[in-house]
Amino acid sequence: MEKIVRALAGLCLTITLAAPLQAGVIPKRSVLSNGMVLLTSEQRSLPMVSIELLIDAGSRYDAAGQEGLANLTARLLTYGTKRRSALQISETLDFIGASLSAGCGEDTASVSMTMLKKDLATGLGLLAEVLTSSTLPQEEIDRQKQAVIAAIKARDEQPGDIAERRFAAALYPGSPYGRPVEGTEASVRGLQQKSLREFFERTYRPNRAILSVVGDISHEEITLALNQSFRSWQKGEPSGGPLIPSTYGPAQVIRVNKDLTQANIILGHQGVGREHPDYYAVQVMNYILGGGGFSSRAIDSIRNEKGLAYSVYSHFSAERKRGEFQFVMQTRNETAQEAIQIAKEEIRRIREAPVSEQELSEAKDFLTGSFPLRLDTNRKVASFWAQVEYFQLGLEYPDRYPDLIRRITRDDVARVARQYLQPEKLITVIVGNLKKIGEK
Amino acid sequence: MLRRLALPFVLFAFLNAFTKPADATNVREFVLDNGLKILLLEDHKSPAVTFQVWYRVGARNERDGKSGLAHFLEHMMFKGTPTTKPEEYSRIIAKNGGRSNAFTSSDVTVYFATMSRDKIGVEIELEADRMANALLGDTYFEAEKKVIQEERRLRTDDNPASALSEVAGAVAYTVHPYRRPVIGWMDDIQNQTRQDLADFYKLYYAPNNAYIVVTGDFSTDEILAKIKAAFEKIPRGAEPPKVRAEEPPQRGERRVILKKEAELPFILMYYHAPNLKSPDSYALELLSVVLAGGRSSRLYHELVYQKRIARSIDADYSGVSIDPTGFSVTGQLMPGKEPAEVEREIDGLLEKIKLELISERELQKAKNQIESSFIFAQDSIFGQAMKIGYYEAAAGWRMMDAYLDGIKRVTREDIRRVAKQYLDRDRRTVGVLIPTKETSQ
Repeated sequence: MEKIVRALAGLCLTITLAAPLQAGVIPKRSVLSNGMVLLTSEQRSLPMVSIELLIDAGSRYDAAGQEGLANLTARLLTYGTKRRSALQISETLDFIGASLSAGCGEDTASVSMTMLKKDLATGLGLLAEVLTSSTLPQEEIDRQKQAVIAAIKARDEQPGDIAERRFAAALYPGSPYGRPVEGTEASVRGLQQKSLREFFERTYRPNRAILSVVGDISHEEITLALNQSFRSWQKGEPSGGPLIPSTYGPAQVIRVNKDLTQANIILGHQGVGREHPDYYAVQVMNYILGGGGFSSRAIDSIRNEKGLAYSVYSHFSAERKRGEFQFVMQTRNETAQEAIQIAKEEIRRIREAPVSEQELSEAKDFLTGSFPLRLDTNRKVASFWAQVEYFQLGLEYPDRYPDLIRRITRDDVARVARQYLQPEKLITVIVGNLKKIGEK
Repeated sequence: MLRRLALPFVLFAFLNAFTKPADATNVREFVLDNGLKILLLEDHKSPAVTFQVWYRVGARNERDGKSGLAHFLEHMMFKGTPTTKPEEYSRIIAKNGGRSNAFTSSDVTVYFATMSRDKIGVEIELEADRMANALLGDTYFEAEKKVIQEERRLRTDDNPASALSEVAGAVAYTVHPYRRPVIGWMDDIQNQTRQDLADFYKLYYAPNNAYIVVTGDFSTDEILAKIKAAFEKIPRGAEPPKVRAEEPPQRGERRVILKKEAELPFILMYYHAPNLKSPDSYALELLSVVLAGGRSSRLYHELVYQKRIARSIDADYSGVSIDPTGFSVTGQLMPGKEPAEVEREIDGLLEKIKLELISERELQKAKNQIESSFIFAQDSIFGQAMKIGYYEAAAGWRMMDAYLDGIKRVTREDIRRVAKQYLDRDRRTVGVLIPTKETSQ
């Protein structure tokens, strides 16, 4: 199942919102006295509550040599607080059948929790505890270091993952964005409790956090409960705001030799940030090129006509201030060069010739029409509103979205294709049997 | 890009058995004159409808030398009908704001789309059309064969844990078709013909060998009328042949080693176990949670947290299947650890649970976890439809009703008894992945 999620990720990125929402989904927003932004959406049909917290504590803060610090901090959140040991935390969670997990990305860290309504007090208490009074005990640090190092090894077993990391390193040379969030074996070994605690104290602060709550609870109830449980959480240093990478790596070909049956290929370069006005036109253009699930040029030419790949797609993923374009596929080693040629040809074609009216309208119809499907579970809704807040899109964003998409013209598509697809800047990563691929 | 997803092997085919079924009492059943069963569950929490057509055919119905045929056919079902061009199906659904896909398992082949209420009629008509009129893509046959081979490379050949699971499955079963991978062996895929597909389609794709599951934001009367209008005219087909293979009892442990490019060793233990038709299935389900449900579970706590010899550990009981199935324990090792050591530790914990009763609190904890996931699972209309569909395939959807009560009735003694009875070393297959570092220069 994991793989499915990964395969879908590329697709999901292109499909942002549209279509009118039912009233209940629109959240209430408030800023608590300690600076935390709270978004709540009441969904009474099931006795459960889902919480998504985004916090400005990503790996971009990792200093050189300290790579993996932010990630290790996030992992350690549920491994010991002033009141509870790691085992007491997991015992409490498991006994109420709740899930609580923390993760770390380049720009933000996140904490997700789902529990039954009847366990809300226990759950919120625990959430508050891990955010305000984690102790990052030495014994647990040692454990989690070992776990992270093993995770780094395990990722080397996933060819797509290897390609991804090599791509990031090439696109963002010398930047935290080019380094793996987990760090390296050596950097993780060197991390000290003192710096982990300092990082936790500095960045895990309410005025750097967005908390999105969806479920069987009202805004008033949750505000009250949060004011109780998060009473001790004090404001800290304000958020630094995301970095803009100062340079992007040049076109290059990166080859990684592995005894695999398939070549795992990424072609890509810099994209556009989420806040850029061209973001929407770029998403429409990319849908036609390779974002459109089973209806894209990439699928037609590489999968359906030639049978070269099972999975082939392109995406423009976006953080607030930066973005990436990637064309991703796997094909058997022997056909890697052919597939790369076709991919480049598709990139050339959409830059040079206008897309058809039909392609344009189908892209727009999908992007606008499929919006409600992105919000078909409470957990998706919780994470959606946290993102809307983080990207500063405004609560009326779902109402605006259809227009943002519908007004895109063929000329817009042509313009953004020429502007944001840059064949001369393509970084090519190939992971596979290089001899069979003909790269050796 | 998950379309036409072949679940790699039966060991993994029911991963979602962990999430629990929808509330069966609200499901409504209808049967058309041509034998097509329709299962409807209204749920108005989000403005979408999931429509699924389930065919009672999967890798289980294939013959030796023809493995992967059910999955191959699933791919070719997207190659058009007299009124829909090849691959146009996906395009029509997408431009109507829907998401669509299909998958094949050992037991079933399923086609589905999720769309808004006012557009779902489009999907209903397209599914009816391809149930009766699929052309199975003349010119696209060879290209699609290559696509499926790429899928196999991606999912199995270059994925160490999947590859281990495949070879272990081939050893765990000697007679029963669950021994074959759903996607098929590479040579079998290569040797499929258009005639094979046409025959398989004719034999199994008929209304009396299928059922429809719909969940979400619709009105029963309205959608039933649409389904009738589209499907009623399709004639009943001949009764498809029954699969009667029965796996003979295993007498003695089987072991399989896979050496392959990988970073970390992986261990898999597969014990034969009954499916949900047995009253023991509830205790087996709870046993899997006691062993590996959450960080405080026995295997996780000992192997991952305390001893740090495994990176991950899982226990999975896949009871929602047509024929008797398995209870598996799987784990990826920490760097530098030996499979033999991990195996010894797992065995030690399994022996303990066969001898000593678990505590009352441990049992209650496992029951609470199952109850929460039962409710969490209702958060997704798609998940609910999947659950109804899998139950219907295995033993009839009404079995879902018995589920929570069955779980509640399990005692500590039951846990010990099923552990003793089914976690029997003589009836298991142990698979070990040994990473190799061949350089392919």
